[in-house]
Amino acid sequence: MSHSTGEAPRQSQLRTPLGRVRGAGSAKSGVAHWWGQRVTSIALLPLTIWFIASLATSAGMPHHVAQAWIGHPLNAVLLLALIGLTFHHIAAGLQVVIEDYASTEGSKIAAVLAVKFVCVLLALAAALAVLRIAV
Amino acid sequence: MSTMQDSREATMIGRRSDGTPVRRPLSPHLQVYDMLQMTSALSISHRITGVIWSVGAAVMVWWLVAAASGPEAFGNVQWFLGSFLGILFLMGLTGAAWFHTLAGIRHLLWDAGWGYDIPTVYKTGRAVLIGTGVLTALTWLALLISW
Repeated sequence: MSHSTGEAPRQSQLRTPLGRVRGAGSAKSGVAHWWGQRVTSIALLPLTIWFIASLATSAGMPHHVAQAWIGHPLNAVLLLALIGLTFHHIAAGLQVVIEDYASTEGSKIAAVLAVKFVCVLLALAAALAVLRIAV
Repeated sequence: MSTMQDSREATMIGRRSDGTPVRRPLSPHLQVYDMLQMTSALSISHRITGVIWSVGAAVMVWWLVAAASGPEAFGNVQWFLGSFLGILFLMGLTGAAWFHTLAGIRHLLWDAGWGYDIPTVYKTGRAVLIGTGVLTALTWLALLISW
């Protein structure tokens, strides 16, 4: 060893080696989850305002008008983005709510998985509907 | 410990890790916490409106799938959304959506490090509440005019 002066080995991380072995601490997917919620919320801001404004100004539209609106290339692309981001945001948000209130680890995992599966299915159903009309 | 005389004592009853009671201050919990403060009331409302909007997103899926299925299925959705119950639901959803949107912007500002001092928290809180009312009314005004 070049360092023979007796100084302690340099620690490059704040986490202790024991904490790392046990997998304790904030080393999972928390940061990505947190950023995901923020980024989707920023993207959803103009998209939802566009969607609500579009529907509010054409309430009670007949079927062929709705199909023409959904099928318009620009609207279809924005709808697909809206669908994906909405259900990503919902799954992330409901996960936090469940994690805060579920009393047992088992019910927590079951509820979070159920929410994620339902969100994926609803997003796929909505996206397929848009594609069926637009393509 | 003797019988409690003051409800504030409820925040002073802790337990050691072996289960024996000890008198020490605890975090305020739901029984004694004033939930009607602007700060906590808007905080829990952000959650509740988020959950309500999730239900609204499911209705959006219903609307899109029905539009792809055909005129009959689409007529069913339009009938429900135009019924008394449907309009009541949509009005509640519009309010929840605007609240969640405005409170969400407030959260993004906090994430950026802005607006943490108490006077600003109350000012932005009031802005969220007033904005929700105004934007919900404007949305339905636009809807009724174009209907």
